[in-house]
Amino acid sequence: MAKTLAEKVWEAHVVRQGEGEPDLLYIDLHLLHEVTSPQAFDGLRLTGRTVRRPDLTLATEDHNVPTTAGPITDPVSRTQVDTLRTNCEEFGVKLYPMGDAEQGIVHVVGPQLGLTQPGMTVVCGDSHTSTHGAFGALAFGIGTSEVEHVLATQTLPLKPFKTMAITVEGDLPAGVTAKDVVLAVIAKIGTGGGQGYVLEFRGSAIRALSMEARMTICNMSIEAGARAGMIAPDDTTFDYLRGRDHAPKGEDWDAAVAAWRDLATDEGAEFDAEVVLDATELSPFVTWGTNPGQGAPLGSAVPDPEHMADDNDKAAARRALEYMGLTAGTPLRDVRVDTVFVGSCTNGRIEDLRAVAGVLKGRRVADGVRMLVVPGSARVRLQAEAEGLGEVFEQAGAEWRLPGCSMCLAMNPDKLAPEERSASTSNRNFEGRQGKGGRTHLVSPQVAAATAIRGTLSSPADLEPVGA
Amino acid sequence: MEAFTTHTGVGVPLRRSNVDTDQIIPAEYLKRVTRSGFEDGLFAAWRKDETFVLNDPSYAAGSVLVAGPDFGTGSSREHAVWALMNYGFRAVISSRFADIFRGNSGKQGLLTAVCSQDDVELLWKYLENNPGASVTVDLESRTVTAGDIVARFEVDDYTRWRLLEGHDDISLTLRHAEDIDSFEAARPSWKPVTTQPA
Repeated sequence: MAKTLAEKVWEAHVVRQGEGEPDLLYIDLHLLHEVTSPQAFDGLRLTGRTVRRPDLTLATEDHNVPTTAGPITDPVSRTQVDTLRTNCEEFGVKLYPMGDAEQGIVHVVGPQLGLTQPGMTVVCGDSHTSTHGAFGALAFGIGTSEVEHVLATQTLPLKPFKTMAITVEGDLPAGVTAKDVVLAVIAKIGTGGGQGYVLEFRGSAIRALSMEARMTICNMSIEAGARAGMIAPDDTTFDYLRGRDHAPKGEDWDAAVAAWRDLATDEGAEFDAEVVLDATELSPFVTWGTNPGQGAPLGSAVPDPEHMADDNDKAAARRALEYMGLTAGTPLRDVRVDTVFVGSCTNGRIEDLRAVAGVLKGRRVADGVRMLVVPGSARVRLQAEAEGLGEVFEQAGAEWRLPGCSMCLAMNPDKLAPEERSASTSNRNFEGRQGKGGRTHLVSPQVAAATAIRGTLSSPADLEPVGA
Repeated sequence: MEAFTTHTGVGVPLRRSNVDTDQIIPAEYLKRVTRSGFEDGLFAAWRKDETFVLNDPSYAAGSVLVAGPDFGTGSSREHAVWALMNYGFRAVISSRFADIFRGNSGKQGLLTAVCSQDDVELLWKYLENNPGASVTVDLESRTVTAGDIVARFEVDDYTRWRLLEGHDDISLTLRHAEDIDSFEAARPSWKPVTTQPA
């Protein structure tokens, strides 16, 4: 029978099936960070259990870490990081701590090490684990009880997910990025539209994307409520993986690639749902509200809640505009920001930083605007330095920081003040997400950079040519 | 895990959709390394607003939350479930829950009861007209009762069985340790390990 990519990966990992029970699924890679793991290790200790496969487990420090030089000063944050270190030591788990050359945001670290490979099952106590689906892995976020379950058994009991094809055909217009695609998808299907589904992104526009761009798309699948996002592995995937530290070598590489080539969804396989987008109609996209589904093309205006058909949407939009301090009908390009944040597991990779540097080069961040550029990992920072990008950021007047989750979520010193407005390349515009009372507009790296220059939401097309 | 059969307690109408886990418990409360004491962070930002429903003394002792669609979206933080339970909630009623939140709730014994949005509206009206009124959530019969309202709710059979029995997942899985052993023995040798490069 013809099968989808998700079904193939699922079936290859079923340890056990029982009547009326969820499938027991084997987990190939378990990633940990300091926020969602302490209570799981505690659970093991209380029951006298051990970590079944430390060699399939990897930890990094990311959520609490400051992005300026020096130790963690907040004692509660420090306790959480210290607890991770103690737990990893006690249970024999490999950890990349702050200051290590491999430290970074957990979803940037896995792929760059070559640990994330096609056809794998990957979990982490973090909803943005969906990022790894860009490689054709089945990757999804889990809660702390499940973290404990995977530590103890290397498996998870799960009911099969439904499948949804998101087909994006055609060439993306110039200046339109993966971030714009995924924001448009979420606006189309809603924050609950993907619930219970694995989304498979397909079509010529997706196949044309780099691995970094594919990771951006899969990363935000969770914002549409999906369990996971996936993209079939192809030569772009294999080229990215070849030679990475943990990628198979020699004969193993050939065996692996042969297996990976069989993963793509079979001709004639049926999805439980399908959504189609025309890539040629997309444009730079920004959010105006307080959930990632409340977005619109940059060229449009803040929508009027009174024109919305659904009562829940209307009530949510009214609340959102009040929280965001926005008036219906205001052109989005007129919205002035205080801060621009470039980084996170959504857009903190080298390609994102190159795109930002490309816009900033020869220009200056607008007066009164603070711009933070935060690499997703120590390796990304090193590479950006080697390519001279750090210099471009600093010459433009941006702050070039150390790796971490930074201003994506208010758990470390990088926060918005109440009513401070940001254009952010991160993934969530929830109330208070970037700091109590902070107002977030989600944007692509290119829009973030252009916004920093003009001080209002903008795309690179709105900028005067350099030297003009 | 404590078993759940039926629960009766004060119903709290939360007329909001898309209640994400950052609202249920903001990130600043996630730095603790314990599972208890998260009640002070529950809806922390909204509780600063004196008109917020939990600030009304009639609802303050609430244990059954009735919320709009897409409850628990966003971050995977199980702290959201701990915060609701530490506060005293035993059940949440909504027409749609985010998957990770629903999974986390099932592990901890917080019942997520899926009712139709029409029934949620009826419950909201009833609870707003009768502040402090009780709601009964019966997992055996899958019904929510409040005043004259009797509404059916959905919960999957396996979660229902686990909740009724109070079973813990890890013990259930470890009954099949031999199956895990044989699966591992058959994995391709080129699959990566974290402890050394390939």
